[in-house]
Amino acid sequence: MSILVDENTKLCVSGITGREGTFHAMNNKRYGTNLVSGVTPGKGGQDVEGTPVFNTFHDAVAETGANTAMIFVPPRFAADSILEAEDAGIALVIAITEGIPAHDELRVYNHLLGNPDCRLIGPNCPGILSPGKANVGIIPASFFKEGNVGVVSRSGTLTYQIGNELAQSGFGNSSIVGIGGDPVPGSSFIDIIELFEADDETELIVMAGEIGGSAEEEAAEFIAEHVSKPVVAYIAGFTAPPGKTMGHAGAIVSGTAGTAAAKQEALESKGVRVGRTPTEVAQLAAEIAGSLKA
Amino acid sequence: MDLLEYQGKQLFARHGIPVPEGRPATTVDEALDAADAIGYPCVVKAQVQIGGRGKLGGIKVANDKSEAREHASNILGMDIRGLTVHEVWIEEASQIEAEYYCSIVFDRAAKAPLVMLSTKGGMDIEAVAEEDPDAIATLHVDPLLGFQDFHGRRLAFDAGIADDLIRPTGAMLAKLYEAFVAEDAMLVEVNPLIVTPERKLRALDAKVTLDDNALFRHPDSAALRNPSAEDPQEQMAKERGLTYVKLDGDIGILGNGAGLVMSTLDVVAQVGGSPANFLDAGGGSKADAIVSAVEVILSDDKVKAVLFNIFGGITRCDEVAKGLIEAFDQIKPTVPFVVRLDGTNDKEGRALLAEANLPNVHTEATMLGAAEKVVELAR
Repeated sequence: MSILVDENTKLCVSGITGREGTFHAMNNKRYGTNLVSGVTPGKGGQDVEGTPVFNTFHDAVAETGANTAMIFVPPRFAADSILEAEDAGIALVIAITEGIPAHDELRVYNHLLGNPDCRLIGPNCPGILSPGKANVGIIPASFFKEGNVGVVSRSGTLTYQIGNELAQSGFGNSSIVGIGGDPVPGSSFIDIIELFEADDETELIVMAGEIGGSAEEEAAEFIAEHVSKPVVAYIAGFTAPPGKTMGHAGAIVSGTAGTAAAKQEALESKGVRVGRTPTEVAQLAAEIAGSLKA
Repeated sequence: MDLLEYQGKQLFARHGIPVPEGRPATTVDEALDAADAIGYPCVVKAQVQIGGRGKLGGIKVANDKSEAREHASNILGMDIRGLTVHEVWIEEASQIEAEYYCSIVFDRAAKAPLVMLSTKGGMDIEAVAEEDPDAIATLHVDPLLGFQDFHGRRLAFDAGIADDLIRPTGAMLAKLYEAFVAEDAMLVEVNPLIVTPERKLRALDAKVTLDDNALFRHPDSAALRNPSAEDPQEQMAKERGLTYVKLDGDIGILGNGAGLVMSTLDVVAQVGGSPANFLDAGGGSKADAIVSAVEVILSDDKVKAVLFNIFGGITRCDEVAKGLIEAFDQIKPTVPFVVRLDGTNDKEGRALLAEANLPNVHTEATMLGAAEKVVELAR
């Protein structure tokens, strides 16, 4: 097993006719993902390298049975595209777009609360890879193989770094989920950790957080109460100065809230081991995996 | 982006929030024209984003023209905790009967705007929250519903606002909420919100933070400048579309992706180095963006060595290598570089660097190894 994307995924890409949209949609298809359609208003009836394009998500769902959407449109159109996908009955919306206004994200998040059948991953995320099954997004899949470590992360390239360190220690992955670096992510660490806990294939969970907000602290509480599998964590931004936004809109230390040290303490107080570098995360994972086998 | 006080007040005024009359000025002559137009007494206020400007001499009352001249010439150019005052705001003097506090923040944890109101205005609200948390009334607003009249009443009654001001305070908060949403703000704060002897409410200060990601909807706000707050390197980076934060150390850092760059800073610090900056070249960086980034990093003359840490996904390592080769061609850096390339087209990138054989460029296979090498070279 794996979580969220697999051989049952029927992917529809919003923005498939754009340069980046085409490139990554085709990349995902080559990996083996079942890409069934794309949406670009006004370009219905065309195709992109054989994949049919529709004017609306509703048409794409009716004609191709799409159950997963990838959002690859510019920030000013992205919230609308997410809402359209949800309205059309898509169960999983993965928003790659970076730079969506925070108030748009807030409206989308609160609207989706009313629909338990739709889950949003992102925005501003690298997507989801279930090695050997499906890749939806921009994760460079060649670095990862099938295995039993579930990875959930707020950052794209940091996920690759940690995944690579794990791979070099001999680990593969059940799924790798980027939840994104924005202030209002559609899914939290808790949402994804809950899925990994229920997934048979996943034996160890790695979470990569960063400064800002309180998602890691909330995850620590959840792990203590509801998670039986071992969790190893990493937090980026120990040396970040307060009051500065470190690239991600969500990565900002305000006063004493949101610091890496506070997050590390919250996690360690609940028994989650925290690696200080990506290399140390892989070492901790190897230690734990060794003790699981013993 | 953070607005200056007067920019915030002008934004408030557009949404019908009462503010004292005022005008901005960048020279003493402009300040005197503004003071004459507004009348005396008036207040000369330094426009810098620092709490406690008043105590540091940045706010003065002028009773006549000669006092206005004296204050304006003292305050313009003044250094307030490291920030130079480039602009003053000349404002009519207000009479104050009471000082309230109100604000709306974008509460990420609750995923809803949080509205706060207190009769303890004019002081540091974080101190009030610590000493007397009950003095601050708070309420989350469902962003799909918006601010309702009852929200205003509840807050006003809970905060213990004077009876005759319950309704006006609620109406004020409704306008503040409207401004918060319409302007894509992450924070709007009025401290103090004053009550005049005529029992009118007025915003005597304004603190506004806007969402950078929404500036495309607000061209007027996007055009606002705050010269005193921007570090020259940060300004240069912004003009080139790079995400750069200046730090205190001597090791220049370039990476792709915010999380990886933050992690790189941590690892460099852990092996005993001190980063000079955070620079995220972003996803899909092309060679010319790398040249720009190198220029920005080297414009900080404290930099003694530079670390490139790239894990390519969208970004292609061969593009990064081409950019670095071009940068050496154009800028001819004198400090050593350490380069770590992994991910998309890493072999091609490494081959390009090997072929170019740039002076003083060292390649390393891992992030940790690269961090150790750059720290050694910066010594």
